[in-house]
Amino acid sequence: MIDRAIPLLYLGAAVSFILALKWLSAVPTARRGVIVGAAGMALAVAGTLLKPEIESYRWIAVAFVAGTVIGVPMAMMPMTAVPQRTALSHAFGALAAALVGTAEFYLKAPAIDRFTMGALALEVLLGFLTFTASLMAFGKLQEILPPRPITWKSQNLLNFTLLGLAAASGAYLVARPEAAWLFPVFGALALAFGVMLVIPIGGADMPTVISLLNSYAGLSAAAMGFVLNNKLLIIAGALDGSSGFILSVIMCRAMNRSFTNVLFGAFGQAQASAGASGERRAARSATPEEAAGILHVASRVIVVPGYGMAVAQAQHKVRELYDVLTKAGVDVRFAIHPVAGRMPGHMNVLLAEANIPYDRLVEMEDVNSDFPQADVALVIGANDVTNPAARHDRNSPIYGMPILDVDKARTVMVIKRSMSPGFAGIENELYYLDRTLMVFGDAKSVVGNIVKEFAGGT
Amino acid sequence: MSQDLELGLYVFVLATFLGLEIIRRVSPLLHTPLMSLTNAISAITIVGSILVAGEQKTTLSTVLGSIAVACSMINIVGGYLITYRMLRMFRKSGKNRP
Repeated sequence: MIDRAIPLLYLGAAVSFILALKWLSAVPTARRGVIVGAAGMALAVAGTLLKPEIESYRWIAVAFVAGTVIGVPMAMMPMTAVPQRTALSHAFGALAAALVGTAEFYLKAPAIDRFTMGALALEVLLGFLTFTASLMAFGKLQEILPPRPITWKSQNLLNFTLLGLAAASGAYLVARPEAAWLFPVFGALALAFGVMLVIPIGGADMPTVISLLNSYAGLSAAAMGFVLNNKLLIIAGALDGSSGFILSVIMCRAMNRSFTNVLFGAFGQAQASAGASGERRAARSATPEEAAGILHVASRVIVVPGYGMAVAQAQHKVRELYDVLTKAGVDVRFAIHPVAGRMPGHMNVLLAEANIPYDRLVEMEDVNSDFPQADVALVIGANDVTNPAARHDRNSPIYGMPILDVDKARTVMVIKRSMSPGFAGIENELYYLDRTLMVFGDAKSVVGNIVKEFAGGT
Repeated sequence: MSQDLELGLYVFVLATFLGLEIIRRVSPLLHTPLMSLTNAISAITIVGSILVAGEQKTTLSTVLGSIAVACSMINIVGGYLITYRMLRMFRKSGKNRP
C-alpha cells in the first residue's frame, strides 16, 4: 500500500520544486515559492522515510538533529557573509552526493552494470571536486586564504593532467568495477583537482565560480538520480544544474569573458601590462562637506555600490543618506552591475537588508541611459565596473566589458580608501576626469559624514 | 539502452529545458535568493543519503550515509530559512518592513 504512495509523494515534491522556482521569478510571489519548495522537500523526506528498505532510524535521527543544529546558525549569518555561506553550503551538498556515491560503490561493485557505474563515477567526480573547490572558494571569500589569484607557469598543464587522470581512472572503473583499489585514487584525484581549480581564481571572478559550483552540485545530484533510478533526484538536480549554468553565463557575459578564460585565464596576469600605461595625472579630491554641498543642489542622484561597500559594511549609512536625500526631494536610485560584489545579486540583498526599497535598485541595461541626466553619480566601493577604458581602450584587459556609464553624469563622486587600483590591478581613468571628485576614506565613515553635513546644512 | 536509462535521460533533458526557461525569467534582483533556493533544492540528495544510512548494510555505508544525511539536512534547514529571511527584506517604496 505505502509502496504505491511513495512515487506520488515524489511526484508532488518534483512539482513543488518547479513551482518554487517559477514563483521566485518576482518579489511578490517569491516567498510563496520558498514555502512551496520547503513543503516539497518535506514530501520527499517523508516519502523516503516510509520506504520499507530502511532498517533503522537511529542514525538518521541523529543526523537530522546534527544537520539542524548546524543549519540554523548558517541561516542566521549576516547578509555581508552570504557569498561565503553559499560557498560552504555548496560544499556540504556536494559532499553528501560524493559520500552516497562512495557508499553505493562499495555496496554494489563489482556486480554493477556499466551504465550505473558511469553515473556513479560522474556523481563522485563532480561531488568531490565541487566539495574541495567550494571549500577553497569559502576560504578565499572569508579571507582565511589569500583572496588574490595565485598563478604559476605550468599551472594549467598540471590542472589538465589531474583532470585527465581523474577522468581516466573513472573510465577504467566503469570498464572494470572490480578494480576497487582504484576507487580511493579516483576520489583523491577529484578532491585534488577541486583545490587546484580555485587556486588561480580571484575575488572578482567569484560570482562566476560560485555559479558554476552551484551547477556542478546540481548535476552531481542528478547523477545520483541515475544511480538510484530516482526521477525526483534527476529533476531537482537538473533544475539546479540549469540554474547554476544560466547564472554563470550571465556573469561571464557581464565581464565579457568566456568560461575557459575565467577558469584557466587568471585575471591577475593582466597586471603587468596595465600598470605601466598612462602618465601621472592628478585626481581632484573633496571633503565630505564639499560632497554634501554638491548633493544639496542635485535633483537626480545615482548611487553605484560595489564590493567595497560590503567590505566597509556601509549599507546602513547608505540607507541614511538615501533617507535624507529623498526627504530633501532628491530622486535617488541605485545602479547595480551584474557582477558587483562576490556573488550574483549580492548588492541587492545588502541594500534590501538596509531597508532600501527594491524598486529603487536598477539593473545596468535600464540605468545606463539615465546617467547623462543625472546630476551626481556617487560611486561607493565600485571600481572596474565603472572604468570607461572598457569602452574605448583596446589594450585594456577589461576592454569590451559592459560597464556603468557613470562618467556621463554631470558630477562623479567616488568614495574610495585610496588611489590604489582595483582587483584586476587596472588603473581607473574615471578618477582623472575633470568632473570627478575623489572623497577618500572608509566608506562607512565618509557616507556617515556626508549625511551629517547634509542634514546640518539644511 | 535499458528502459530505465532511456526514461531517465528523457526526464533529465526535459527538466533541464524547463529549468533554463524558468530560471531565465528570474529577475536579476533575486539572483542571490535564487542561488540559495536552488542550493536548498539540490539537498534532495537527502533521499539517497537516508536510504544508504537506513539500510544498514555495512558499517562503512551507514557511516557515510549518516554524514551525508547531516550535510543534506544542513542545506535544507539553512537554505530555506536564509532564502525566506532574504526575501522578507525586499520591500517596495512607501511601505515599511513589517
